[in-house]
Amino acid sequence: MNPVLKLLIEGGHLTTAQMAQVSGLSESDVDRHLEQLKKDGVFLGWRPVLDLSRESAGAVRAVIEVKITPERGGGFNRLAERLSRFDEVESCYLMSGAYDLLIFVTGPSLQRVAGFVSEKLSTLEGVLSTSTHFMLRSYKEGFFLMEAPSRENERLKVSP
Amino acid sequence: MKRFIARHVAGLPKSGIRDFFEIVAKKKDVISLGIGEPDFDTPWHIREAAIYALEKGRTHYTSNLGLMELRRAIAAYVESNYSVGYAPDDEILVTVGVSEALDLALRALLNPGDKVLYHQPCYVSYHPGVALAHGVALAVPTRADDGFALNVADLERAWQPGCKVLMMNLPCNPTGGTCDRAHLEKIARFAVEKDLIVLSDEIYSELVYECPHTSIAVFPGMRERTIFLHGFSKAFAMTGFRIGYACGPAQLIEAMMKVHQYSMLCAPILSQEAAVEALARGQDGVKSMREQYQRRRDLVVKRLRAAGLACRAPGGAFYVFPSVASTGMSDHDFAYGLLEKQGVAVVPGAAFGENGRGFVRASFATGYDQLVEACDRIERFVNTPAPCSAPSPS
Repeated sequence: MNPVLKLLIEGGHLTTAQMAQVSGLSESDVDRHLEQLKKDGVFLGWRPVLDLSRESAGAVRAVIEVKITPERGGGFNRLAERLSRFDEVESCYLMSGAYDLLIFVTGPSLQRVAGFVSEKLSTLEGVLSTSTHFMLRSYKEGFFLMEAPSRENERLKVSP
Repeated sequence: MKRFIARHVAGLPKSGIRDFFEIVAKKKDVISLGIGEPDFDTPWHIREAAIYALEKGRTHYTSNLGLMELRRAIAAYVESNYSVGYAPDDEILVTVGVSEALDLALRALLNPGDKVLYHQPCYVSYHPGVALAHGVALAVPTRADDGFALNVADLERAWQPGCKVLMMNLPCNPTGGTCDRAHLEKIARFAVEKDLIVLSDEIYSELVYECPHTSIAVFPGMRERTIFLHGFSKAFAMTGFRIGYACGPAQLIEAMMKVHQYSMLCAPILSQEAAVEALARGQDGVKSMREQYQRRRDLVVKRLRAAGLACRAPGGAFYVFPSVASTGMSDHDFAYGLLEKQGVAVVPGAAFGENGRGFVRASFATGYDQLVEACDRIERFVNTPAPCSAPSPS
């Protein structure tokens, strides 16, 4: 595995300078690896991991199961790509099973998310049905546990 | 009150780590490289197995030797990883960590005055463990210039009539020292020649970085004189579970079991259940942790060398043991000064025996970002030494 990818998975909060120190590569090597990962479409960008279910975040998230009609020649792609372009859409996946697309949506209020579903999503030609589930609370986000106890408190400061 | 305390207990020195711990514990914003345990939490599937066992009401005593299922799993694991076979029925004893296994072995083997060879620097309990069993501990020095390996010439020098046991811990806490196969074979021949029982504490053996680990029990004539000690604390990050084991010839295990059954009775069942899970499905976790330790080791060694400390890359465990001689400071002054000026805790080498003087132990069982920051601070400390008033060692 690409050594920089390993570090991104193990300790995503390292700066490139720190990654260089940890991996024993030069900073320019780290940059080169990052560029390669971008080129390969593996590393898409830096993004903070947020708990949007906190009240102070002022955000509402929903997961929407969408059934759509596949098209001759393109299958689900055209509609999925079109839906993905909306700013409200965080992620969009083609799924096996009872529905076709699974869409993660974020908005500033319940009304805005509901508006997106009723005005934009369900009115698109080819969308057969939607089923919207609002998220009530996060327990784990992007590998971060929300109530993770702090490590420092758990270990003795010096031990044999 | 003092007059009530047994002489051999009163005579034990206070652990050097204990003093240092008291001081570190009072300080804020310390990055501690003084911790002798993994920073990783026990992998969830192992913790979950303990919870499941608790839910199912598995809260009773087990056989004195430990759960048969666990002993079978240990036998298979030791056979495949160390190439030594032990019978689950009577050659394996599950203990409360390797610490208990060491204590049992010493108490089962030593008559008052029997002599025990051990390499030094070494784990803090070795010398006291021998004293508590009424034995006499003979330190064999190991040195930085040959990677803190145990040399037969030094063993020969330290040997005296009446030596019964050789205790060793490879890879070694605190030095990270290991022994290659050729070295080890010579030690094995020495043990056979001098008719010694070898207590081989191989708790760090999954955490080796270049050379594969070899157990001394594999050499001719060694299986019958070796007590192989191992546990789950380091490789599986299970320190708080307190679970280890001893493998050896049935008569020796039987003798240790006698002491164990009248003192501990059995290792905690929840820890035993967790250990079964660790052996069944824990290998990926061990591999992933080892890879991270290796990257951290390379980082710390490089940075400490750049800071001007003589630091060899340890072959195993998760400690570097650099010399602080180049700073002109003693290990004690270095550790207290570093803590005082830069808020980084490392353990003075003398805590691990006289031969550790002039060195400090820094654990790299800490996250990358903390390690980078700690190395920055050590570099600043080494490059701007200032006289500091360290309390004298007690």
